[in-house]
This record gives sequence, C-alpha cells and structure tokens, in this order.
Amino acid sequence: MFETIKLKKGLNLPLKGQADKAVLMEVTPGLVALKPTDFKGLVPKLLVKEGDTVKAGSPLFADKMDQRILFTSPVSGKVQSIVRGEKRKLLAVVVKADAQQVYENFPEHDLEAMSGEQIKDLLMKTGLWASMIQRPYGIVPKADAKPKAIFISAFDTAPNAPDMQYVLGDCAADIQRGITALKKMTGVAVHLCLEAATYSCNPLHRMDDVVLHVFEGPHPTGNVGVQIHHVSPIVKGETVWTISPVFLAAIGKLLSSGKLDLTRLVVVTGSCSNKSGYVRMLPGTCMSELTEVLGNTDGVRVVSGNVLTGTAIGVDGYLGYFDNQISLLQEGDYREMFGWANPIRSKLYSYSKAYLSWLCPRKKYGMDTNVHGGVRAFMFNKVYSDVLPMYIFPVFLCKACMTKDIDAMEKYGIYEVLPEDLATCEFVCPSKVEWQKAIGEGIDLMLKEMA
Amino acid sequence: MEKLEPTFSKGGKAAWLHSTFDAFDTFLFVPSTTTKCGSQVRDCVDLKRLLIIVVLALVPAFLVGTWNIGVQHAQAFGLADWGLWECFGYGLLRIIPLYLVSYLVGLAIEFAGAQIKGEEVSEGYLVTGFIIPLIVPVDIPLWTLAIAVAFATIIGKEVFGGSGMNIWNPALLARAFLFFSYPTKMSGDTVWTGGVSRYLSERTCWFQGNGLVDGWSGATPLASNLATATPESLAQNGFGLWDLLIGNVGGAVGETSVIAILIGAVILLATGIASWKIMLSSVLGALLVGWLGNIGGATTLPCYYQLLLGGFAFGTVFMATDPVTSAQTECGKWIYGFLIGALCVTVRLFNPGYPEGMMLAILLMNTFAPLIDHCVINASIRRHYKKLA
Repeated sequence: MFETIKLKKGLNLPLKGQADKAVLMEVTPGLVALKPTDFKGLVPKLLVKEGDTVKAGSPLFADKMDQRILFTSPVSGKVQSIVRGEKRKLLAVVVKADAQQVYENFPEHDLEAMSGEQIKDLLMKTGLWASMIQRPYGIVPKADAKPKAIFISAFDTAPNAPDMQYVLGDCAADIQRGITALKKMTGVAVHLCLEAATYSCNPLHRMDDVVLHVFEGPHPTGNVGVQIHHVSPIVKGETVWTISPVFLAAIGKLLSSGKLDLTRLVVVTGSCSNKSGYVRMLPGTCMSELTEVLGNTDGVRVVSGNVLTGTAIGVDGYLGYFDNQISLLQEGDYREMFGWANPIRSKLYSYSKAYLSWLCPRKKYGMDTNVHGGVRAFMFNKVYSDVLPMYIFPVFLCKACMTKDIDAMEKYGIYEVLPEDLATCEFVCPSKVEWQKAIGEGIDLMLKEMA
Repeated sequence: MEKLEPTFSKGGKAAWLHSTFDAFDTFLFVPSTTTKCGSQVRDCVDLKRLLIIVVLALVPAFLVGTWNIGVQHAQAFGLADWGLWECFGYGLLRIIPLYLVSYLVGLAIEFAGAQIKGEEVSEGYLVTGFIIPLIVPVDIPLWTLAIAVAFATIIGKEVFGGSGMNIWNPALLARAFLFFSYPTKMSGDTVWTGGVSRYLSERTCWFQGNGLVDGWSGATPLASNLATATPESLAQNGFGLWDLLIGNVGGAVGETSVIAILIGAVILLATGIASWKIMLSSVLGALLVGWLGNIGGATTLPCYYQLLLGGFAFGTVFMATDPVTSAQTECGKWIYGFLIGALCVTVRLFNPGYPEGMMLAILLMNTFAPLIDHCVINASIRRHYKKLA
C-alpha cells in the first residue's frame, strides 16, 4: 500500500516548554488583523476603508493581479484601522470585532452538486483560496494554474509544535470534505503525509481520495517541502499546491454550513510562558487578548509560529494567518564574558560537538534570542547537509542566492525549497549567516525575473 | 568596554579603528546581538569556538616540536647534558620570535583589511598564524618569514575577500612562497636545526658548546635517498620507527612528531571539525602509491613509512582538511584526499631533487577542489533527475 519513508538527517531542537494537551481559554475576538504580508508575493488592492462594517467572510482586500482572489475578514465588526508602512505599503487591516458574530452567507455549498469551477469560485470568494500555497516560491496559487499535485502534511515536527491530531480533533469529516473538494476542483492527486509513529491511530489515515505517505524522521521531516521532495520533486515549469489540514477543516466547514469559520486551536509554548497549552482563537487575533496566558512579557519575545521560522510580532502583534503556534522566548541581549572560550556552557545547546551538550541528549534547554557570535563567511560546510533531509547542496544554493545567480539557483534546487525548509541550517550555522533571509531574497529575485 | 564604545563607533574620535575595537570587544565578550529575522534562536557555537579547537589540536605538535628544536640543537653541538627542560627552553626561545612575526604581521594585515572593508575581523588567522611557524625551518630569517606571511595574507586571502573565500590554504601558501623565493633558506641540510645557520655564517650562536659535532649532517629523514633506503638504513641514521613516531628527528618544527599530530587528529575528529573522509582517503592514497612504488622498485621502503616521513601527517591532519580550501561535497572529499596522499608520495618517489611532496600536493588539490565539486554535484543532480524520470 505505502512504505514508510525514513529520513535520518535533521534536527529536533531540545527546546523547553512543550505544551500540555489542554485548552486554556477560548479567546473572544477583540482586534483581529489580516496582514497582506502573510501572503508571499501578494500585491493587495484594498476594498474597505476605515469605519466600514464587515461580516466574517466579507472581503477586505483582493489580489491586484487577479481580483477574483479575495482576502476576507475572519470576524464581523468595524474596520478600525488600515496600517501602512514605508511607501504606503499595506501592512494590515485591523477589524474591531462585534460582540455578536455575524457571518457572510455563502448559499452555494453543496459539494455533491457543485462543479469544479463552482468550488473554485467559492474558495476565491470566501478567501480560502489564499489558504493554499503554490510552490515553487510559496505564493498564493494562480487562478488558472494547473498544479501537478496537492500536498498536505498532517504533522508538524518543528520545535514544540502543536500536536496536529489534537488540534484537528474531531474534524475528520470536515477534512474529508475539504480533500474531496480540492480533488474535484483540480482533478489531480491529493497526497496526504502522516507521521509513522502515530498514523495508525490517526483518523486521517482512512481518508478517501488521497494518496497516503508515511514519514519518519526529525525536523524538518514534517515540512511539506521535504515531503514533496521525496515523493514528487518539483522541476522547472511544474507547480504543486500545498494546504494545511487546519484550512482543509475550514473548507470542510464552509461546505457544510456555508459560513467562513477559521477558529482553530493554537498552541502557546515556551519556557517563559505563564501557562502552556492550547488556545482556541482566530488567525490575526491580537496578542493583547492573551495576556492571561502569556503572563509577564517583560524581556520576552512573542513569536507567531515556531522558533525556527516564526515572526517576532511583539506583545501587541497579531497572529499570522497560517500560524497555529505562539512561541515565547527570552530576549538574549546580554553579554557573556569569554563565552566562546568557556569549555562547558551547560545552559546552552549546541548541535556541534565543540561543546559538551551532545553528551546529554535528553536534556531540554530554555533558549534565548542571542545570536552567540558575529556574522562571518561560510567556513565549516559539512554541518548543513547533516540537518537537511533533502538531496540538495544547501551551501551552494545559499551562495547562489546571495550572489543572485539565477542559473545556479535553478541548478541547486530553488524550485524545491522555501526558506522554512532551510531553517535548521540557519540554526546550526557557526558563521551566523541569515539563511532564510538569503533564500527568501533569492525567491523574490526568481519571482521578479521569471514573471 | 561599554565606556569605550562611543569613541570607536561611527562619528566617534577613533571611528577608523572600529573593526579593531570590535575584534577585541567580541574576543572578551560574546556580543549581545539578538536574532532579527529568520530563525529566532541560534546554536551557541561560533567560528571563534571552532577555530580555537583547531588551535588546541595543534598544541601537542607545538609542544613536541618546541622540545625537538632543543634536542636537535643539542645533538648538533654535542650538548650532552641537556635534559627535557633545557631542550624545551631553547625551543621556546627560538620559536617565540617566529610566532611574534607570524601573528603581528598577519593580524595587522587582517585588521587593516577588515577596517578598509568596514567588516568585523574574521578569526581565520588564529589558526593560520599558529600553523605557519610550525611548517617552516626553525632557522628561517625573520624578515623572510614576515614577507611570506604578508604574501599569504594579502595575495592568498584578502584579495579573495578574506577568510572563507580563499582558494589556497594560506599557511601553505606562505611556505610555498618561501620555498620558491628563498630556496637557499628553505632547503639543504643545515636549515632544519636551530642555531646552525647562524653558527655557519658567524661562527657563533647562543649555546654552541664546542661547535658543531664532527660528522653531524643535519639531514632530515626525507633527504635520504628513498630509492635505496630501508628501515634499517634509516634507523642507522637515527631515523628508526620510534624516532619518527616521537619526532626527535630533523624537519620543520611541528611536522616531525607523528604521535603529537595523531593526538591533534583525535581532537579534530571527535569534535567533528575536520573531515575523517579526507584524512582516511589521504592515508589510503599514500599507502597505495607507496606500495606500488615498493613493489615496482621505485623505493625499498615499506609503504607505511611514507606516512611517517616529512610533512605527510601534519599536512593530512591539519591542512588537507582545511574546510575552506578542501572539496565541499562528501564524495568529492574522498577523491580530494586520495589524490593528495597519492600525489605527495608520487612527488617524493619520482622527483629526487624535490623530496617534500605534501605542500605541492595540497596546493594542487586546493586548486582542483572546485572542479571536483563541480563534477560531483553535476553527477549527483543528473542521478537525482534520472531517478525521477
């Protein structure tokens, strides 16, 4: 039926603060923001102005290149502010939620009766089209693109990542509906990737309309990019769409109720969080609503996403659209005397054997945001391929991105990766190179040149 | 340090020394920089740590080499009453000036280079500067060493963009520069023993006893005629198996003691800093050519002697494995290391005018490492896509 794909390379970060499987609170939405910056390569066209009343599911902005693709408000309420940055770049549309939620009604939602085109229109209208990601480059899928496959990773191996089986709970029926809808819409194979350790007790392994794959290995094995690489690598000219099961559940709910409901379980992790556990909330929820869970945030960095790929959003920031994890990290703005010369440094973790942390493999560490060194040129180049379970040459790819050499980027596999896939390389880098930034800039260049 | 900082930052009085200040500052304290983008947490290892471990691995070779300077000197001048400490003390006296020149000249250029580019000073020279005195003859005139260090740092490193960008191993480049520019000071039998060059020209040196011992030759093991040498003939000249292992024979300071070098190799391999693939394949390459030479009649020495002679061990452990100038791909490392070992012994056996092959073998393979990588990567990518089709 299927064979387990075992990956040996990678790195499970021994980070303190794994969350208990308990729902700590249900956040009543107050301020909710939709950030165009969450969607790679998007040029937004604003559709609302301050003071407008919107329902949950009403469009806030559209894709300027293809205005059928809408981005909708997760809550009903009043548009409180439109945040702009340099050159009037649209950064966020903030909605002040009503006490009583009103949903936009999408009457046509009978999956059986709908055609592929109708499903596509529905997804674009409800904003759920943008919950899919098109590879290469990680952009919002083009409306008329024909993907070669759709990939779903149903587990997350990132540091202290949410337990996806717990997060999805009893959504199996919704997810099935979502999968069937995507299959009907695109007519291509839908690949579902599960974790070897838990797949047999995971309700998702009995899904119809999918090709099942089982993976085993350390982070980033749970990254959908790594899974695609091992099942059906992307070559030039091909596109693959990916979607998180959290959004599949939302599509499933839309198709059964006709309402857009993005509520999800978000895990709050980190050694310095007040309580760690799960919180039911909407994407874009303001962190100030979570004060009770976050606790004292002096000298703490609030990260939307996991510690390897997430974004620092600050205590007043908004949860990212695609994120279902909040990580709290101690800021590391201290100076350590002769740190590099200290033979032991038992409180710090190092993947390299230059320190002794490899002697206690079970120990967990409370990490902080200190870089622990200055940026240098690449020197020790073996370590990167040890933490990357892909048949690519990470240093060569990174250098190609830095030197803006498009031919080399193609050759070394820029079509197969997103910055998140090389996050472990960035973590272990003794030269302190900013890998994800470099790869991201390489992808931006490809987007510009290949458009 | 915090009090001093404004003087050196932009707009301060001594802003032109910013890189220098920064280098000392980060030497004492880990900087307080926090992650700005990408991964929010970072491994606590940095280049300072990795490179200081390389220096640590060099220390045994340094200690034994320093002692051996004294041993050789005592033998040459018949100072029979010298014990361990006299030998070591004399060695220190001779090697400290070499280190001063190496670090002062090299670091001055590094700091100036970083200052001009407005970058932080890279730690790469810590290792290079430690290696250079270990691979030159102890009697090298300091001014030639200074020129060689300057050449290696400027032409070998800075013009390519600094540490991490260079094509050739800078320490070896310094040695090659000396070898080709000042051959009289780099070869022959008398340069390898401390104090002899000065005695020959000025009839005096610090500890000369009754002058050079009659019949003292100063020849290094490699200067023996490898075509006819046997383990017995080497042993008669004072180069028995144990002498070669311990290192009380003539040669460049750090390269004589195979045991000390092996301790360094263990440190490098245990910490994963050097590639075991390069070391192993280099040894295999040398053994193969040594064995072929032995059965083919080019030499009468058993092949394992090739591993003990000259700079082979030092080069294999500390210089062939230089992560910047060696092959970057795993398969490429096998090819690269093997060819270094094989070329080194080939030069030794078939080029009698030129006994030390290691330096040239490594420099040559440094040059070809990118080509090896290019071929390995292309083959790997082709295979990957073939599997898809």
